[in-house]
Amino acid sequence: MLRYNTLIVLLGVGLLGAAAGPIGALAVLRRRALVGDALAHATLPGLCLAFLIIGERSMPALLLGALASGLLGVTVLALLSRYTRIKEDAAIAIVLSVFFGAGLVLSRWIQNHTTTGSKAGLDSYILGKTAGLLLDDVLLLAGLAVLVLVVLLALYKEFQLLIFDRDFARVQGWPVARLDLLLLGLIAVLVVIGLPAVGVILVASLLILPAVAARMWTDRLHRLLVLSGLIGALTGVVGAALSASLPRAPAGAVIVLVAMAFFVVSAVARRLLWG
Amino acid sequence: MVPPVLEVDDLNTTYQRRVVLDAIDLSVDGPALVAIVGPNGAGKSTFLKSILGLVPCTGSVRVLGQPIDSVRRRIGYVPQRESVDWDFPVSVGDVALMGTYGRLGWFRRPGAAERRVAQECLSRVGLDGLEDRQIGRLSGGQQQRTFLARALAQQADVYFMDEPMAGVDASTQAVIFDLLDELRDAGKTVFVVHHDLRTVASRFDRVVMLNRRLIAAGPMAEVFTTENLQQTYDSQFVTLDEAIACSATTR
Repeated sequence: MLRYNTLIVLLGVGLLGAAAGPIGALAVLRRRALVGDALAHATLPGLCLAFLIIGERSMPALLLGALASGLLGVTVLALLSRYTRIKEDAAIAIVLSVFFGAGLVLSRWIQNHTTTGSKAGLDSYILGKTAGLLLDDVLLLAGLAVLVLVVLLALYKEFQLLIFDRDFARVQGWPVARLDLLLLGLIAVLVVIGLPAVGVILVASLLILPAVAARMWTDRLHRLLVLSGLIGALTGVVGAALSASLPRAPAGAVIVLVAMAFFVVSAVARRLLWG
Repeated sequence: MVPPVLEVDDLNTTYQRRVVLDAIDLSVDGPALVAIVGPNGAGKSTFLKSILGLVPCTGSVRVLGQPIDSVRRRIGYVPQRESVDWDFPVSVGDVALMGTYGRLGWFRRPGAAERRVAQECLSRVGLDGLEDRQIGRLSGGQQQRTFLARALAQQADVYFMDEPMAGVDASTQAVIFDLLDELRDAGKTVFVVHHDLRTVASRFDRVVMLNRRLIAAGPMAEVFTTENLQQTYDSQFVTLDEAIACSATTR
């Protein structure tokens, strides 16, 4: 028998996965998968600073801090690739590890120097935790996931064109730089709302795995987005349910392993069915 | 008075501190089929991209008498085939439909009317029956025709095509040349970056000869001369025939 709270968590994480799938699919097609991972790791210092400033564990504040430092990380990344001789892959590795390292130092400091720190559960943002998510928090995450899906739906045609053929889009007069930035913003929001459940370290794979699993089944973008949404939702629900019965395992890891299972099944099925 | 289709004044483009295009002045009247020729690295592609505002450049460019941003709805574009990821999850029909997006504007989805236009354009390039095929499962010539169908779906007045004949089979080349004639006869002007000097004189009305700077531009009979070819191709050839024969083997 599912308790009411568990049900809410399942629904919330399901919606999160439903949005992560299609946004992840666009991120992968736009070759932003690694950028998404760097962004995710770069959220940690902001998360910790937000906690230090607010002094308590308020999810909206933490997520706002996380979003700000994630975007700062991506900005540093862009500046490094543009104004130094560092290539993008090296720049990604630098941003990812330096920001994450700074975040780890901050989070240890918080746990040692504040009375509420040990209970702050910052660790649950690093590895992910679905059990014990509060109703208000779940509503916030689900609301943002729906908002991201609505924007994606409204701008489907524009994003398709932008990612497939940027120059052609530019010739037609679309503001490609701003559209690209908006897409990055959507990826950032998704990464940030994925943090409480999946955690800093693994959240990028919630975007990538359902997308690449869905790609095994279809060659059309609209079907890819729907299917990756479905796989993402299933991943979220099954992962959260499993993690409720495996309280010692970090939820992020459980969710990612479920996503991995979907990918393996899809890849094998594709080989067997189409060769 | 009808303004020139293309008016370029002191166009300069640098890429990584290297001058790619040097003080180009050019005026082209339409309707016409205009070949843009020059050796590799002459800046032919960059010239198209500069006109279309795809690369930073200085100088003034007017298309149909107006700045490019005011006439984007009247411009069609065929980029180089290698410029996109052909593994992308779209079908031939999806790509042709993209030509109608500019007219649709924000948020609006293509409907029955747009689908009909895309379908007609695919027919014109001989891709009937391939609408649902993923674009990676096409031959090079079919991919090029898909791009042409998309440009046709833009229902433009001026077209810019970046090497549409590169690496295509003979039948696709014939389809493209017929299409170019149709476009010119319908009053359009088409700028084509073209490699094959053998077909330049017989298939195009005007020629732009480019090698970082403008060597010559104008009606074919006046401009497509041995002397201009020698200048354009850095005097590698002695005669026109030799230059033309050599261009056939470089690609």
